[in-house]
This record gives sequence, C-alpha cells and structure tokens, in this order.
Amino acid sequence: MQGYVVSLVIFTAIFAVFGLGLNLQWGFTGLINFGHVAFMSLGAYTTVLLSLQGVPLVISVLGGAMVAAAMGLLIGISTLRLRTDYLAIVTIGVSEMIRLIAVNEAWLTRGTFGIQRFPLPLATFNPAIPIRVGMIVLFAGVLGLGYWQWWRWLKQHIRQVPRKSLVKSSIVAFAYVGSGALLVYGIGATARHLKQTNALPPLGLGFGLFTATIAFIALYVWLARTVLPKVAEWSAGLTVVCNLILALLGLWIARFAITAIYQYDRNPAKTGLMFVAVLLVGLIYWALEKLVRSPWGRILKAIREDEDVTKALGKNVFWYKLQSLMLGGVIAGIAGALYAWQLTTVFPDNFQPLVTFNAWTIVVLGGAGSNAGTLLGSAIFWAYDTITRFVLRDIVPLEDSRLGAFRIMVIGLILIVLMMWRPQGILGKKEELTLGR
Amino acid sequence: MVDEQRTEAKGLKAEAEPFGEQPASIPQLLVARELCKSFGGIRAVDRVSIDVPQGSITGLIGPNGAGKTTLFNLLSNFIQPDRGEVIFNGQPIHHLQPHQIAQQGMVRTFQVARVLSRLSVMENMLLAAQNQTGENFWNVWFRPGQTIKEERQQREYASEILESVGLVHMAQSYAGALSGGQRKLLEIARALMVRPKLVLLDEPAAGVNPTLINQICEHILQWNRDGLTFLIIEHNMDVVMSLCDRVWVMAEGQNLAVGTPTEIQQNPQVLEAYLGQ
Ligand SMILES: Nc1ncnc2c1ncn2[C@@H]1O[C@H](COP(=O)(O)OP(=O)(O)OP(=O)(O)O)[C@@H](O)[C@H]1O
Ligand SMILES: [Mg+2]
Repeated sequence: MQGYVVSLVIFTAIFAVFGLGLNLQWGFTGLINFGHVAFMSLGAYTTVLLSLQGVPLVISVLGGAMVAAAMGLLIGISTLRLRTDYLAIVTIGVSEMIRLIAVNEAWLTRGTFGIQRFPLPLATFNPAIPIRVGMIVLFAGVLGLGYWQWWRWLKQHIRQVPRKSLVKSSIVAFAYVGSGALLVYGIGATARHLKQTNALPPLGLGFGLFTATIAFIALYVWLARTVLPKVAEWSAGLTVVCNLILALLGLWIARFAITAIYQYDRNPAKTGLMFVAVLLVGLIYWALEKLVRSPWGRILKAIREDEDVTKALGKNVFWYKLQSLMLGGVIAGIAGALYAWQLTTVFPDNFQPLVTFNAWTIVVLGGAGSNAGTLLGSAIFWAYDTITRFVLRDIVPLEDSRLGAFRIMVIGLILIVLMMWRPQGILGKKEELTLGR
Repeated sequence: MVDEQRTEAKGLKAEAEPFGEQPASIPQLLVARELCKSFGGIRAVDRVSIDVPQGSITGLIGPNGAGKTTLFNLLSNFIQPDRGEVIFNGQPIHHLQPHQIAQQGMVRTFQVARVLSRLSVMENMLLAAQNQTGENFWNVWFRPGQTIKEERQQREYASEILESVGLVHMAQSYAGALSGGQRKLLEIARALMVRPKLVLLDEPAAGVNPTLINQICEHILQWNRDGLTFLIIEHNMDVVMSLCDRVWVMAEGQNLAVGTPTEIQQNPQVLEAYLGQ
C-alpha cells in the first residue's frame, strides 16, 4: 500500500508540475500548445544523458530545462507573430518530430531500446534518523503551507455565510455526499461479488452495471436539483463538506508519505524522488502564484484577452508571449526529469501525444488560469487513474486491454459533462473563461 | 486626373492656414507627412498630412469612411503605411512597433471601446502603467518590496483618474460588467494611466449620454490645461466646437481642409463633403 501511495504521489506531483507549465502558457496567456510533451521529452532526455556523463543531477535538470526553453524560443520566434492557430499546429508537429528523432537517432537516444540505469536523485542516500526527521519536518512544512493556503481560501469563501445555516447545510451536504458514496460502494461491491462468483453472464453484468450507474446518476442529479436548493446556503455547505473530505484524504495520504520517509532505507529511490517532487511542486506553485498576481502576470492575462489593447498600452506582446512559452517549457522540462526518474527508463514511447492530452485534461478539469486548480486536477486525474486501474478490473466485465480504452472513454465523458455543467473547470472563474472565445 | 487632384491639394494648402503660420514658439508634437494606405483597390488614406501642436486639442472630422480611423492606425503603426512619415516629439516613429510608440508617450484608443472584460476595472488601469518593476518576472521574485510599493502608488494614481471619470465605485468589478458608455470612459482613463504626452481619441463621445459627454469634455479640457495634447476624432460637432483649437477635415481618404472650428463650419467644401453623403 505504501509503495502504491508513494508512486501515486510522485505521479500526481509530476503531472502537477507538467500541468502548471501548460496552465501558464494556455490558462494565463492563451497560447494553444498541443505539443506540451515535447518540452517534457527534451527535459527528460537531456537530464538523463547529462547525468550519465557524470554531470551532477541538479545541473543536469537545469540543462534539461534550458534545452526545453531553447525549443520554446525557436517555436516562439517562428510562430508567435502569426495567428494563434499556427502555434497549435506547429507544436503538434514539433512534438511528434522530437519523438521520431528520439526513435531514429539511436547513437544519442538508443532509439526504441531506451536509456536505463541512469542516476536517480537521493537514491544512494541513506540518512540517519535525525536527518529523516528533518526531511519529514520540511515535507510537513510544505504540506502545512499548502493546507494553510487552502484554509484561507475556504474561509474567504464562506465568510459571508451565517454560521447556523452553514452547519445546517453542511449536514445536508454530508448526508448527500455520504449516502452517494455508500451507494457507489454498494454497487461496486455487489458487482464485484457477481463477477467473482460468475453468477451472471458478462453481458448481463455489464448491462446491470450500466443501468445502475445511470440510475445512480439520475437519482443524485435529481436530488441535487430538487432537494439541495431548498436548503439555505447549500453550495457553501457542499463546498465545506467536499473540502473536508479532500483534506482528510490528503492527510491520510500524507501519513503514508511521511512513514515512507521515516523508513527511507526500504526504498530509497522512490522515497527520495517523492520528496524531491513534492518540494518542487511546492516551489514552482509558489513561484507561479507570485508571478500571476504580479504586473507580469497581468500582462499575460491581458494578452490572453486582447493583444491589440495590450500593445496599445505599451507592452511588448511578442516578448511576453515568448517568455510565457519558454517559462512553461522550463517547467515542463523539469517535469520531464522527474518523469524519467520515476519511470527509471526513458524511451520514445513514453512521450506519446497522449501525455499532452493528459496535461490538457488536468488543466481543463482544474480550471484554466488557476494554479491551485491544476494541482487539484492532477490529484483527481491520478486518483481516477489508480482507482479505475485497480478497482474497475474487479468490477467491470471487460478484459484488460478493453478496460484501458474504456477508462479513457470515461475521461472523455467526464470532460464533456464538465464542460456542459462547469465550463470554467472546478476552480476556474467563470468571468475569466478562456474557452470558447 | 492625378494632376487635377494635385492642384486641388495645393489649393487646399493655400486656402487653409499653412503650417508655417503657426507661431514658431509652439512646436509640433506630432507631424505626419503624405501618409498613404491602400486596402486592395481602396485608397483608404491617400497622401494625408496632419500636424498636432504641443498642448493643443486638435480635431479630426470627416464623413463615415473618410479614413480617420485608418489614419489613427497608421499614426500608431497598428497598420504599416505604404508611404509617408510620422514624426512624434521630433523623432521619426513610423519604423517603431505599436508598443514602442505607446512607450514614447503617444497612446490611442479604439473606436469601439476595447476594455479587458475579464480583468477588473482597476487591473485594466494598472496594466497601462509604464516601466513597472514587476513587469519583469525576475524582479517579481527577487525585488518583491519594490514591486509592491510601486503597485500601491499606481493604485492610488489609478483611483484618482477613476474618481475623475466617476468609475471609482466600479474599481473592483470586472470590466465586462460595464455599460457601453462606461467602457468608453474606462478606455480614456486607461490611456491617461500611461502618462502620455499625446492621446489619440477615436470618437470618445459616441454612445455616451449627453450629460456624461459634457463631463468628459470638461475632463479633457482639464487634462489639456495640465499639459496633455489631444487628437480627437469626433462626429458630434458640439463636442468638436467646444473642445478643439484646430480641426482637420478628411474626405475620401484625403485632406480636405484645416482651420479653427468656426472656419471649418463655414467652409463650403466641408459642407459639400458632408451633404454629398
Ligand atoms: N482593414 C481594412 N481592410 C479593408 N478596408 C478597410 C480596412 N480598414 C478600413 N478600410 C476601408 O477604409 C475606408 C476608411 O475606413 P475608416 O475606418 O478609416 O473610416 P472612418 O473615417 O474611421 O469612418 P467612421 O467615421 O465611420 O468611423 C473605408 O472605406 C473602409 O472600408
Ligand atoms: Mg472610424
């Protein structure tokens, strides 16, 4: 379990970083980058190749980030003066091109065999107990800061709501969410039992599950439409309950992570990577939050909306778009290094366009133009991934290869529903909607 | 045909007061010479010259489609002229990019007000401030104190301007929530936030209610007394009469006349151009 959780945390962190890069480019600046994975693969390959030459890891990562930035510069110089659509097309092309180069230039990248056995961060590190405690304190400090930010956000959100109706609506919301969770669990457990005992033919089970899911969704949508709005301040209550559940889940996961650090010598490579990845997420998130609230970030948001006005007010639009593209590339390059370390082998198939698609899913899900949303989006994405990978197999009457396709289909479905119900994403601001302009 | 036009242009110069007659002590802030721009076959702007004396409120009028907005685009280099030169503050600027021209102190507004509706009114204002420390991302991380201090000063200045156009109570709302007239006001206020030398206003009074028009006019006069120069496109003749020192008239992409508002009103050619519509 601990191993799974550590790996889940690492993947969440990697894609949070990766998504933050895309969110800077698209969410804040409006640059449509359909080849985000190119930055990641450059970062991964450069880091790994440099570190194999004996270059220290920190410098290797910086090198990878610089190469990614250089590609951003090239793409930017060639396309950013053109209409935005060109950037979208060029980025798709470049990302495929880089993957194909990685396949074919075997002298450098070892082609489809991939590169293995490269140095990993903190992998040979075996800290004494006091140092481990220090690492735990640092780790917990980052988490604590995160929770504090979260708490401030929540407090701001429910400030105007009277205490009494908040408690009341929270209870209702809790009943709503709790009963829903129980029902889902019940459906899942029943299906699992049926599948294990082969009591039903696969088609029957599949049909039953499908009906149950639809009925469940219909029931809870109906409840949400008719019962919830009768309660005063229901949305505040729902926010509180959801946040509480998420916070507790976070703590539950953090417990595993902290135990893993304490037992560092059990799996030094993964634990070290988790430690580094979480610290990096914290650092990059903080740096980006500073940026987007600054005059610099304001210029990006202005460009996202109207380049001509921004020019008319004396801002060098081209230069800022270039900065955004390059900085997003740097961030994705760092994510690439983390990705390589997590997979412990780098080969071109790791950098399929699907990875870009995942980043877009994360950013859209969390809300374009919201860094916190991207973190949440990554967490949801990987929670979904893990749950469906390990749980659906026992429930759904599909063989493994079809299950993979089925999971991606469901993501598509979720995105469609989300776009209909909340086009700005979970934490996005409706007024700042960047889609469909 | 071409010759005829030439002589017409010469006649125009002889009739209107030539540039030389301006008192030598008042320098020209903006001078444009023989600007040309064609869109396909249409000569939107055809050998237009214009100048704006330092400290003046200069008007630019003409029938619909005369090429006034296109001239603004040429002056601010949003559209590259085919020919001609623009000199601002003694320096040629037609090779500069639009943002560089704004940085030099010449800002333009748009005929259809373009506010950034997904930013707040205050953010629209703050965006326009020039040379902010925090416009460099490095400084945001490593000189946070300076960034925040400047931001506070800009905020105060922005509030003053918003106060004067009566938008200060909307400062925190999204600019998308403003009415059409309020958007015009915000656009003018935002242009001032650049702390420019010259403001090009494209129909500031269009779609604004009459009382507000009077207010805007008073503000423009006040800002002008504070040393700001204006070049204003306007169809509302009352506004032109009450504001402008000098008026340039364009028709069919060419210079038609120039003079004081009263002279222009009595100019038969101008009347003909308007009535000929
Ligand atoms: N981008 C463009 N492409 C093609 N033609 C254009 C373009 N911009 C302007 N024109 C043409 O140039 C001419 C002058 O247009 P302009 O917008 O400058 O007129 P205007 O004097 O501002 O009129 P109005 O008082 O109605 O605003 C018009 O005939 C217009 O159709
Ligand atoms: Mg016009």
